[in-house]
Amino acid sequence: MYITDYCHIRNHALFHSGAEIYKSAGGGNLDSFLSETYQSLKISYPKFYKMDPLSKLGLIASEVLLRESDWKREHTPEQMSLVLANAHASLDTDIRYMESTKTMASPSLFVYTLSNIVAGEICIRQGIKGENAFFIQPAFDANFMVQYVDQLLSETKTEMCLAGWVDVMGEHHDVFLYLTRKTRTANAKEHSEESLQKLYQFNYGSVDQQS
Amino acid sequence: MDQLINNLKKQIVESLNLKHIKPEEIGDDQPLFEGGLGLDSIDALELIVLLQQTYNIKIANPQDGPEIFKSVKSIAAFIKTHQPA
Repeated sequence: MYITDYCHIRNHALFHSGAEIYKSAGGGNLDSFLSETYQSLKISYPKFYKMDPLSKLGLIASEVLLRESDWKREHTPEQMSLVLANAHASLDTDIRYMESTKTMASPSLFVYTLSNIVAGEICIRQGIKGENAFFIQPAFDANFMVQYVDQLLSETKTEMCLAGWVDVMGEHHDVFLYLTRKTRTANAKEHSEESLQKLYQFNYGSVDQQS
Repeated sequence: MDQLINNLKKQIVESLNLKHIKPEEIGDDQPLFEGGLGLDSIDALELIVLLQQTYNIKIANPQDGPEIFKSVKSIAAFIKTHQPA
């Protein structure tokens, strides 16, 4: 199994396979960074504005990885799977929803009070119909992710898998999504715990503590 | 009535997060749901909240919803006839 592409969103910056493709000018909050990034990528999907920050982060990362990918030519929607994990589930939106109930509960916030809604939003946007799963873990677990995704690729109809970490809580945000497939492509990396951990830690350092 | 319609357009854009649309781009008679602005069922619930919170109006019969929320003009007409004195 091979990692063919990956994406990070950290500290108000978006990276595709290690290359910075958008960085906030600074001074803004996460919400403004997400809107700026959406516009800079020229994505045309008005529903984006209605999403919670977790779904916006997942949608942007999936868009970066899949919009120029040839996966739909090579595979059916049922052969692409999605495996996500994070530490804060949907707590960021849960809190805002609870706040809204003090006056009048917001229906549009309520629909995002489940962590796996981000998986649904990605599947709808990208046309993914394969297996999908969302795990809540204390921290990114490369060993778990490699084992779970490899099992999907070897024991189900899955031919490709979009997987990784998408976490948000207030201004803290940490996204690392990657694409795996059974076949090796140019510049592909082995889908192993070691290589995954190394990719996850890309540009990490003190960024998490700051964001 | 015109002022109410203009206010409603701004409130709809704001409360439904329609950041890709300017209030003045919404036609008075433009359908809000299918074939028009493309709102969905969650938006319909937000419109109910908007009426309740901003205009203190509750919709007594949910079956009236499609007629009330047909367009900005129909919402304004409903507010005009149901707003508490």
